[in-house]
Amino acid sequence: MSRKRLATVWLDGCSGCHMSFLDMDERLIELAAKADLVYSPLVDAKIFPEGVDVTLVEGAVSSEEDLHKIRLVRERTTTLVSLGDCAVTANVPAMRNPFSTKAVYDRAYRENATLDAGTPDQVVPALLPYARPVHQFVKVDVYIPGCPPSADVIFYALSELLEGRQPEISTKTRFGA
Amino acid sequence: MPQSRTILIDPVTRIEGHSKITLHLDDRGQVEEARFHVTQFRGFEKLCEGRPFSEMPSLMARICGICPVSHLIASSKACDALLTVKIPPTAEKLRRIFGLAQVVQSHALSLFHLSSPDLALGMDADPAKSNLFGVLEKNPGLARDGIALRKFGQQIIERLGGKRIHPAWVVPGGVSDPLTQEDRDRILQTVPEALAIAQRSMEWMKSTIEGFRAEIAAFGNFPSLFLGIVKPDGGLTFYDGKLRIVDASGHVVANDLDPGRYFDYIGEKVEPWSYLKSAYYKPQGYPNGIYRVGPLARLNVADRCGTPLADQELAEFHELQRTAVLSSFHYHHARLVEILYCVERIGQLLNDPEILSTHVRAIARPNALEGVGAAEAPRGTLFHHYKIDEQGLVRWANLIIATGQNNLAMNRSVLQVAKHFVHGDRLTPGMLNRVEAVIRTYDPCLSCSTHALGQMPLRIQLFSPAGELLDELCRS
Repeated sequence: MSRKRLATVWLDGCSGCHMSFLDMDERLIELAAKADLVYSPLVDAKIFPEGVDVTLVEGAVSSEEDLHKIRLVRERTTTLVSLGDCAVTANVPAMRNPFSTKAVYDRAYRENATLDAGTPDQVVPALLPYARPVHQFVKVDVYIPGCPPSADVIFYALSELLEGRQPEISTKTRFGA
Repeated sequence: MPQSRTILIDPVTRIEGHSKITLHLDDRGQVEEARFHVTQFRGFEKLCEGRPFSEMPSLMARICGICPVSHLIASSKACDALLTVKIPPTAEKLRRIFGLAQVVQSHALSLFHLSSPDLALGMDADPAKSNLFGVLEKNPGLARDGIALRKFGQQIIERLGGKRIHPAWVVPGGVSDPLTQEDRDRILQTVPEALAIAQRSMEWMKSTIEGFRAEIAAFGNFPSLFLGIVKPDGGLTFYDGKLRIVDASGHVVANDLDPGRYFDYIGEKVEPWSYLKSAYYKPQGYPNGIYRVGPLARLNVADRCGTPLADQELAEFHELQRTAVLSSFHYHHARLVEILYCVERIGQLLNDPEILSTHVRAIARPNALEGVGAAEAPRGTLFHHYKIDEQGLVRWANLIIATGQNNLAMNRSVLQVAKHFVHGDRLTPGMLNRVEAVIRTYDPCLSCSTHALGQMPLRIQLFSPAGELLDELCRS
């Protein structure tokens, strides 16, 4: 069997799902024996490559940049996994949705600023009006809820996916787990 | 966006680009200005509005999956202030252990998982190998030590809080459950190995930095203020105390400042080109009030660690420079001194006869409408400030996170590295990696502020003063 190509990306999340990935501890070494981590915040690859077998996505789609990224990731990935509650439901990032983006910006950059108050608008990507789950923008193949999903669940799901099997997640994790 | 005379270091906009760097050149093609752009914004100060204050610790922990425990602690301390309670002594000690365990795991992540490739494989190493797995091939003992040390911290968090990431165990008034004797004993069993790893890693660090003289000289090596919380006796602490500020010569500029009055000393300037605000020390204004926080700053402000092994190492650390230790390269070394302290201190606290007490939570209703909580997070001083209404619903929040307080210094450091290593019209991969590496020394909590993790994807374009593209470099 050829080595699988694995990637991880994160959008609007807290990185907790990536930390749970690292919580596999020594099992990371086992994983490295089966698959190449071809793109991830943890490795130095700078461009999301073509032909990725499995991509774990953490976080909601919240900014113009997130949207651009997830479309590219989808295009280049065979099995796209929404990892964690923010990717699956938009969870905490969506708590800003009842407020206008202006109100959200104003709190940080006008009310809570002491010098040069104003919303940053050079170089930085604008927020979308609402933070949304990944599947509202692109097709998602596997959902793994949890805040974050435990390292055991991630290891199980990856082991199955890398063997070409569909993991049975529903009995192993839940929203908020 | 790229102006003439600008080098754009662009996180590949296609993916994972949560920060960018621009370098501005003068007419002679020399770097004269640098900017570190943070491109992520999450809005926690607003999205908490209208929620019950009791939700804040668990909600605010979701700011960051790397240092959720720091947010839990700072948030719970702000809530303690709303309740106007003094939490039980055992609850405070348990929170301290929780926080120390997190410093160990977070520092291990920064040093081993993210920066050890630069240190063990070199700044000019093959980018395809420049990661933890590359270190695992070249120096398996080092990589395994890093994994084990992070695991040590995470396991303590799991034993105390029920899960490794986003435990809900720290609550307004204390902690939700006491420590059992069995868990205490099991944690204590893991302390000796963690100490041994920390000491081994320290020896490795001391022998390694010899090979990085040029980087030490140019990686954020400049005068600035340093800020951190110290105990009443001037000792290192992560949980509680007063703010102290020292200058570049190591002299105390301000002492005994109440963290609850942070707004009297700390200003936040908005840069139109970054989502990360720049904090500055108000009495010296912007930008003269530039200060640094985190491991380097804490070791510069503290008189002592207060544990035997860490105090020996602190004495050696101060020999690196006669004044305050100024080079941000030494953040790495400082992290190991702190890891040693944390492991020793965890052992001390677990052996405290009071630690198994079941009185771990004070119950009260809100008695104040405003509260501030501050603590030392792995990356530096963290402030949570809430205002609530009579129903206990949050009306306003302000958060000052460590990485914002290092923003001015990170910008200045990028400038220094660029001036030192970028010359003429040609770019090299080693230069690219050094620009990333100086940012890595600060271990910016990019979850708290931007949330790319350490190794930022970069594309560098070099433009002539006329705006003509001279050179382009992209790592893939």
